[in-house]
Amino acid sequence: MEHITTPKVENVKLLDRYTNRKPANGTLYLTATHLIYVEASAEVRKETWILHHHIATVEKLPLTTTGCPLLIHCKNFRVAHFVIGHERDCHEVYTSLLKLSQPVKPEELYAFSYNPKMPKDNREIGWKMVDLKVDYQRMGIPNDYWEITDANKDYEVCNTYPPEIVVPKAASKATVLGSSKFRSRGRIPVLSYFYKQNNAAICRCSQPLSGFSARCLEDEQMLQAIRQANPGSPFMYVVDTRPKLNAMANRAAGKGYENEDHYDNIRFKFIGIENIHVMRNSLQKLLEVCETKSPSMSDFLTGLENSGWLRHVKAVMDAGVFLAKAVKDEKASVLVHCSDGWDRTAQVCSLASLFLDPFYRTCKGFMVLIEKDWITVGHKFSHRCGHLDGDPKEVSPVFTQFIECVWQLMQQFPCAFEFNERFLLEIHDHVYSCQFGNFLGTCHKEREDLKIFEKTHSLWPYLLQKKQEFRNPLYKGFTVYKELQPNTLPFSFQFWCGMYNRFDKGMHPKQSVLDHLLSCMSQKMKLEDNATELENKLPFLDGPLPNEACSLSKIVNVTVESSKTPMLNTPQDYEDLMHYSS
Amino acid sequence: MEFAELIKTPRADNVVLHRPFHRAVEGTLCLTGHHLILSSRRHDNAEELWLLHSNIDSIEKRFVGSLGTIIIKCKDLRIIQLDIPGMEECLNIASSIEALSTLDSVTLMYPFFYRPMFEVVEDGWHSFLPEREFELLNSVTSDWRLSYVNKEFSVCPSYPPIVTVPKSIDDEALRKVATFRHGGRFPVLSYYHKKNGMVMMRSSQPLTGTNGRRCKEDEKLINATLRAGKRGYIIDTRSLNVAQQARAKGGGFEQEVHYPQWRRIHKSIERYNILQESLIKLVEACNDQSHNMDRWLSKLEASNWLTHIKEILTAACLAAQCIDREGASVLVHGTEGTDSTLQVTSLAQIILDPRCRTIHGFESLVEREWLQAGHPFQQRCAQSAYSNSKQKWEAPVFLLFLDCVWQILRQFPCSFEFSEHFLIMLFEHAYASQFGTFLGNNENERCKLKLPQKTMSLWSWVNRPPELSRFKNPLFEANSLVIWPSVAPQSLQLWEGVFLRWNRSSKFLDEAYEEMINIIEYNRELQAKVNALRRQLAELETDDGMQESP
Repeated sequence: MEHITTPKVENVKLLDRYTNRKPANGTLYLTATHLIYVEASAEVRKETWILHHHIATVEKLPLTTTGCPLLIHCKNFRVAHFVIGHERDCHEVYTSLLKLSQPVKPEELYAFSYNPKMPKDNREIGWKMVDLKVDYQRMGIPNDYWEITDANKDYEVCNTYPPEIVVPKAASKATVLGSSKFRSRGRIPVLSYFYKQNNAAICRCSQPLSGFSARCLEDEQMLQAIRQANPGSPFMYVVDTRPKLNAMANRAAGKGYENEDHYDNIRFKFIGIENIHVMRNSLQKLLEVCETKSPSMSDFLTGLENSGWLRHVKAVMDAGVFLAKAVKDEKASVLVHCSDGWDRTAQVCSLASLFLDPFYRTCKGFMVLIEKDWITVGHKFSHRCGHLDGDPKEVSPVFTQFIECVWQLMQQFPCAFEFNERFLLEIHDHVYSCQFGNFLGTCHKEREDLKIFEKTHSLWPYLLQKKQEFRNPLYKGFTVYKELQPNTLPFSFQFWCGMYNRFDKGMHPKQSVLDHLLSCMSQKMKLEDNATELENKLPFLDGPLPNEACSLSKIVNVTVESSKTPMLNTPQDYEDLMHYSS
Repeated sequence: MEFAELIKTPRADNVVLHRPFHRAVEGTLCLTGHHLILSSRRHDNAEELWLLHSNIDSIEKRFVGSLGTIIIKCKDLRIIQLDIPGMEECLNIASSIEALSTLDSVTLMYPFFYRPMFEVVEDGWHSFLPEREFELLNSVTSDWRLSYVNKEFSVCPSYPPIVTVPKSIDDEALRKVATFRHGGRFPVLSYYHKKNGMVMMRSSQPLTGTNGRRCKEDEKLINATLRAGKRGYIIDTRSLNVAQQARAKGGGFEQEVHYPQWRRIHKSIERYNILQESLIKLVEACNDQSHNMDRWLSKLEASNWLTHIKEILTAACLAAQCIDREGASVLVHGTEGTDSTLQVTSLAQIILDPRCRTIHGFESLVEREWLQAGHPFQQRCAQSAYSNSKQKWEAPVFLLFLDCVWQILRQFPCSFEFSEHFLIMLFEHAYASQFGTFLGNNENERCKLKLPQKTMSLWSWVNRPPELSRFKNPLFEANSLVIWPSVAPQSLQLWEGVFLRWNRSSKFLDEAYEEMINIIEYNRELQAKVNALRRQLAELETDDGMQESP
């Protein structure tokens, strides 16, 4: 609370970026966790809640005649443009927000104060809801070739990996330890996904410390063990997801990539996904395009092209497709890495799993997937999302890109996912919200040290509770689509307005097919109940006289309530007609 | 002329057909006067291809040894390939296709030969009579009258015989106004907004020329649509610059001094030759699968197609805004008043008038604002995106209109009675059809060709229940409101159903559409079942009641 000097400011305007409508007038409140804006003029109380953790930047713009503008950019791509009457109020809100949005100590994060008032047991059960062991079992592990080992129980092998990892049975402890010395940050090859239909596996690691000529017997043995764990294929792929140039540059620093001559029967391949800095700049450019006021079509398309965003999304998707094809069609195992193996590698491995296994396209399965390829293996959410005041160069939309890839897939396969777009947006929100413990810290060890399992709640049970609103009514079930083979020609990728212009409602379709179908689903349940109820009554009436007359009035008449979200039905700024009045 | 003269080789065996989404198939190729037919030699002897010659936009031939290949590019944007053994056969077939797909005489076109296999319930040629439309208008306002001044097509050759004009303006005045408007297209009523009595009129440009000619009758005519003390808007679909340049060629725009009650707004919608280039570039970009992301986006941008969509939609929204929000009447025109003008007036009606969002209402709109209003379909749709000849009058003006409708449909998916399939069907038939509806350039030509007597109307076919059901939008719920689309670039998309139709499989999207229909249908059946049960129960209850009290 010490950061809040002015908890309430009146006569604050909220500008709407896309219409020339008169700006709303209202009151701005600062609480410990949220900035809340309440519109005074609206007939219905309209509130805008912005979580402090969601605030990416706060800017004070030059004073205007109407007041002092305060521009807030959020990590979920909301842009709020307030105008505050008094400069002094504006400044106080500004300094408060600066501090509130960039906590210094982890304990200041929302998750440590968030208290949904649930019994302690529930919280503990919640944390156990996603259990990777169950998922490995589902894949068929352990088996003759793979085992779950606690080789890393004291973080001896790698301090950014979880205590339990899946490695080839044939790899001895010495091989594992030896290999860890030869891999950047000890991130040895571990299993990400096992395709039990043909024993091919997707494994992941960091780059080898090969420099220009170094080699490591144990690392070579490790790869051999992975290859031999798939007797159906004489070779395995080693995929470096970096552009070749970047990988080569790393050799000078004693890192680099596998030399095909040193490893038996590997096929080495570069895929060329750019690094976190390129991605950060790309998103920045994309957002500038999204924010441009009344751009022409040309401005928009040129900006979209120049941002490179869709090019990067396509590159990630292409890499995922390569992996899935290698596993499914060539029956070959694949080892994937980038530099540290926690960004591009996570994107690519999780996408490949999603293509290959329909389980990951269910609500529960998608949580397992994020746990499996992102959280436990040390994607540095805290740094990439900028949870704490830290190095801005560590921030990058790696996870956002993954979520977008999933959305692009949903556009191509509308019946293949149990969940809808809102599920993705909700997860994306919470990766930044710090309301739940799942995404705090950078790796398993850090989360243990932070005691998140004791002190915070897990997101997953919270999401499952709200499953109804995240349903995809068109989902055809688990068995209809097995492997997905997405089209990755450029025209198959669309700009995701629902993400990057999510809060500019005026740009979205004014009627939602999803809402319509969701209300059909709930209507269906009511009707089915009605029908059963009525059918149960009929035989009684047919038979001897019933004692009590059936009252029809009990049966509610269900009417379609679809698309009742009020339509934003006003003209956009087609032309300022005031200009022509005389 | 006999078609036989054009067909040197009517039949070729062992022809291999390649086309999107199907495996190559070998069969016998037959050429008839209007069709190219390929039937495979499988047991069922199924026809694999039945293609109207008039659907062929251009052909290319290639030879490897004596194996010839003909690549056929269709007006519906599909590309198919025929491998024909024998150089002579191949050359003969190619030249026949070329000749048959570019017949000069309209009366040789397929609609004049087509005999329908279905029973006509309602003759589409009489479905949309202007008199009936006027009756509806007359029931709400008596300010308008039907004028037969053009019944011989002598006042304006591109207008229909019957037009709606202000009651206070007599035919003599109309004749005078016609001489002051390009092509004789004097201002006529396009739309009456019941909600507030405001109107939209359309015309061609006034012939003011460089010395500012004026026409009192013209001023009187359009002022007759204004209420006392009210002002109106003239939406000129050309930029001010283009409109000014038009004066040098005798055209021009309404001078403020002579039309003081009107405010002129210039919107720039491109002219037809530029639109044709845009279509060619867009389709080229969509068909080239070797593009990387940057190249694709830059080609998409360079085609300017979506820019045109945005401009047309914006102008239409503006017209609608003037009428509904400003409570002002509007006159829309460009140069000839046969292209961009019609795009704007018809789209504005989709926005304003819920009736236009029903199937019948939309057909009526196409009939009124495009066919009877004299959009030169035959010229504009003579060639599509693969035309390699120097363009003359071709332009995708109507396709752009349909695309804009699709954009609005995408933003208001529950407000239209028809689905995307309906729009795609209209696109196909505008370019090549067994029906006579889109033949000719105006009513005058259609009259001379005796189309209603000699050909079948598209509407006769579409309005049969089995066809209608294919075009219905399962999500439709009548929405009586004005619908304001967003014209932000983020809100506008490439129309995949037309432009990517042959470039990517739509299997999974079709499945999703089917699933959507299933969900909605199931609910409907369930509701019907519940209603029936309830009735049954109620009947039993009353029976019981009667038994109890004899």
